[in-house]
Amino acid sequence: MVKTKHLANQSVISNVDWLTIFIYALLVFLGWLNIYSASLPDEATSIFDLGQIYGKQILFIGLSIPLIIVLLSIDAKFYEKYAVVFYCIGILSLLGLFVFGKSIKGQTNWYQFAGFGLQPSEFVKTATALLLAKYIAEAQPTFETLKEQAIGMGIFMFPVLLILMQPDMGSAMIFMTLFLVLYREGFPGWYLWTGFVAIILFFLALLFEPLFILIGIAIAVIIHFITNKKINRNPFIYLIVTVVMIGFVYSVDYVYDSVLEPHQKDRINVLIGEDVDMKKEGYNLNQSKIAIGSGNWTGKGFLEGTQTKGGFVPEQHTDYIFTTVGEEWGFAGCMVVIGLFVTLFFRILYLAEQQKTAFPRIYGYCVAAFLFMHFFVNVSMLIGLFPTIGVPLPFFSYGGSSLIAFTIMLFIFLKLDSNKVNEW
Amino acid sequence: MRKLLFPIIIILATIAIVAKLFYLQIIDDSYLKKSDNNALKIVYEYPERGYIYDRTGKLLVANQPSYDIMVIPREIKNLDTLALCKILDITREDFDKKIEKAKVYSPRLPSVFLSQLTKREFAAFQEKIRHYKGFYIQKRNLRDYQVDFAGNVFGYIRQVNENDVKRNPYYISGDLIGIQGVEQAYEEVLRGQKGVKYIQKDKHNREIGPFKEGIYDSISEKGKDITITIDGALQEYGEKLMVNKRGGIVAIEPKTGEILALIASPNYDPKLLVGRQRSKNYQQLAELPGDPFFDRVLIGEYSPGSPFKILTGLIGLQEEVIDTHTSFPCSHGFYYARGAFMKCHDAGSWNLHPAIAKSCNTYFAQTYKRIIDKYKNPKLGMDAWYNHLRSFGLGQFLGYDLPIGRKGQIPNSEYYDRWYPKGGWKGTTTISNAIGQGEITVTPIQLANVMCAVANQGYYYTPHIIKSIQDDKIDKNFVEKKTTTIDKQHFFPVIEGLAEVYKSGTASRLQIPDINICGKTGTVENFIKVDGQKKQLKDHSVFLAFAPKEDPKIVIAVFIENGGFGATIAGPLASLMIEKYLKGIITRTDLEKRLLDSTLESEYILKDQVEAEKRAKAKLEAELKAKQKRING
Repeated sequence: MVKTKHLANQSVISNVDWLTIFIYALLVFLGWLNIYSASLPDEATSIFDLGQIYGKQILFIGLSIPLIIVLLSIDAKFYEKYAVVFYCIGILSLLGLFVFGKSIKGQTNWYQFAGFGLQPSEFVKTATALLLAKYIAEAQPTFETLKEQAIGMGIFMFPVLLILMQPDMGSAMIFMTLFLVLYREGFPGWYLWTGFVAIILFFLALLFEPLFILIGIAIAVIIHFITNKKINRNPFIYLIVTVVMIGFVYSVDYVYDSVLEPHQKDRINVLIGEDVDMKKEGYNLNQSKIAIGSGNWTGKGFLEGTQTKGGFVPEQHTDYIFTTVGEEWGFAGCMVVIGLFVTLFFRILYLAEQQKTAFPRIYGYCVAAFLFMHFFVNVSMLIGLFPTIGVPLPFFSYGGSSLIAFTIMLFIFLKLDSNKVNEW
Repeated sequence: MRKLLFPIIIILATIAIVAKLFYLQIIDDSYLKKSDNNALKIVYEYPERGYIYDRTGKLLVANQPSYDIMVIPREIKNLDTLALCKILDITREDFDKKIEKAKVYSPRLPSVFLSQLTKREFAAFQEKIRHYKGFYIQKRNLRDYQVDFAGNVFGYIRQVNENDVKRNPYYISGDLIGIQGVEQAYEEVLRGQKGVKYIQKDKHNREIGPFKEGIYDSISEKGKDITITIDGALQEYGEKLMVNKRGGIVAIEPKTGEILALIASPNYDPKLLVGRQRSKNYQQLAELPGDPFFDRVLIGEYSPGSPFKILTGLIGLQEEVIDTHTSFPCSHGFYYARGAFMKCHDAGSWNLHPAIAKSCNTYFAQTYKRIIDKYKNPKLGMDAWYNHLRSFGLGQFLGYDLPIGRKGQIPNSEYYDRWYPKGGWKGTTTISNAIGQGEITVTPIQLANVMCAVANQGYYYTPHIIKSIQDDKIDKNFVEKKTTTIDKQHFFPVIEGLAEVYKSGTASRLQIPDINICGKTGTVENFIKVDGQKKQLKDHSVFLAFAPKEDPKIVIAVFIENGGFGATIAGPLASLMIEKYLKGIITRTDLEKRLLDSTLESEYILKDQVEAEKRAKAKLEAELKAKQKRING
């Protein structure tokens, strides 16, 4: 018994994907350097000073190491076997927020104890991914029936609903990325198309007069109808689609005026360049752009960023950490960080496709999807490609919950991957 | 296929992010500037402006401290506007206007809110400044004039305007800059370099220490003192003599080209253009009849009149169309075409020497005719003549170190070809040039420079106002000899003729005991148009002289608008100036008194009326135009 466990551990060390671990370590290290710069007080203290943000982050990084060892030591079957349990714990933790949660800026998404906060939605992502992978791997749905579609979506729509009630738009939105995973596993494509077209129409409707958009829709539909060479060119479906799109366009104004909160409207206005006050709702994006934009090719140098030092960018050590990269390390530094992330995504997708069984493949897809969505939403928001939505940059942003949650998410996959040799 | 969607989305998203980053960081550099505005506070320290001394070491211009209240609009907080208005004695409307103006310039950069406070205002405000966030006091230096003359020589200083800032990035809003005179010419020397301190700020606008340990900071550099070539006493005396007369006096030391006096009349007291009253006083001065800001010695272009005969004579000798023995008979004038006649005072037959003394028109008209018609083609003669004159610095900018000037006009063959496209012009057609009328115009300083070349017998130094700069050298152009095209030996007979002017000629009553003066009188006809009718005014009076004859120490050019015959006002003025400079005291006090008392104001009435009418008409037209524009717009 002792001997076999020893052997198992050895196989983890030799089979685990060291490239991913290397990228992970590098991102965590670079993240810490930038957190250090962004949170350095006038009088530098020890980097282990727990009273400082950079000191706390070192503690979280330190905690991750034994966690990684534990995650890699646990039997790979464990994660699949207990996926339902993890999921239930996750849902309970979200429900518990309504009773025990701490409200910060109108959002109740934290547990607070012993001076540290815990954000359950970060961990729920992993639990959801595990359950989704387990469902698809075991039930092997074709997603042709409405029931299968409902179960597939329901697995992540349920926590999304709870998260929306906190309310936390950003985290909820991240889950939408799982549609990509469903699509990979056979989900009908028109869900993605509908979402994509809806987003485009939403912004077009805010920017232009409805009449122009109607003309655009009409032209697009006619072109599609004419070029569609398939036999089932049912004009009735075309008509319905057109009417729905037009209805959507007209409902955008209503949604915008009546449904969206003022701060959400502001964020959308900021993005589409409506007249905004740079001292109020436009402040974050403007300062973020100034910090990044003043970096030029190689940046102002480590600890030399005037915007970083002056504390102009709000929340710079958490969601806005990439602005420090932009200012102090310039375009070159940004390319390095982006390069590391993109390499990581492709590595995970590559490893996922190499799996011989469905569970680790689907889970891997989920990991890549979550990480990519975080990365894309975070960085796009800082440079004005996406409305301001508070999501952390994985491994990079300050924060114990997000670092540990992403570490767990990634290393479960690495464990599953290292186990593939045993999966005959 | 389904495997490909996710990688494609990753690639597209990455491209979008990289492109946007490239745009923000590399292409659009406005963020770099915004970042500096954001995080840096710049504090300036203004050094004292250099002093100005005269050639004898007398202090002419010093400094006095002045305090500006500056404002940074976006930093104004919890302002008690009424209290502030009360302390500064301004109205609420004034306050709003000033703040609005500052905001338009920049919400985050300092603008001058109220400039040049008196010491008392400053003291009152300084006690309370800490209550007014966004306002601070900037110390500067204003000029403190020790003398009440030479306004045209000094120029003045004023706050920079938008154009100044655009033209030269050194200046920022609120800075002072020298305008006209030596203040403009030696602006960079006098002003020094302002000191800059960069201070890192945080988002609450708190200062968190020097930016990058102060590696970009610089300490201010004091402006350098300069000594100008003006003789303060001579300048002051000349300005006194010129009261109630319009025109100018230029005195130059021929051996060096140093300008001893540069008098333009009417002039103004430089003290009027200091401080908060500056712009009001400027407006008033500018509207005075005669325009005190029109520096007649530098930018007044006049026909030189008879003194120009000196050049005609010299060129005649150089071109060998006459020699010292050549004589032309004259019977009170010279007929150069049918019915056209140039009058002369005396009749007889003269050679060069008495011709200069008597200022004989006939003699020089004949000489000029010979010069132009010497060659087969009058073009060649005209251009030879033109080139000789150019070598005296005429018809071009002299290159002195004052910011304003005029070229004057010396016509050449091209000029006349344009007037007479079919050709056919010759010496007689342009005969007025012979005696300094016709198409020739010069500035008084150019005329003085011609006399320097005569006094030096063939060369001059570019006239200049700078004598020395503290710890620095003056432009070496000013110590380079400029030679004329006339050989040295030709000057001797001309100088003898000029000396004769004082002994027996047109200025014989103006001799100074013990000093031999060489000079030349001149009168210039001038006209004015009144209601479309050409009306002749009293002649301009010109006098050109140097002394002593044996060792010239001063060249003087006097130009009096409508002063009449050269020997009545211009001549005596020149002679008094020479005496003042060479002897220091005036022996001929009765002559001095006559000149101090004499006024030509009555001569200017008509001219001023016409000018005023013209100005009023122009103003009316401008208003009408503006009104029309308003209606149309």
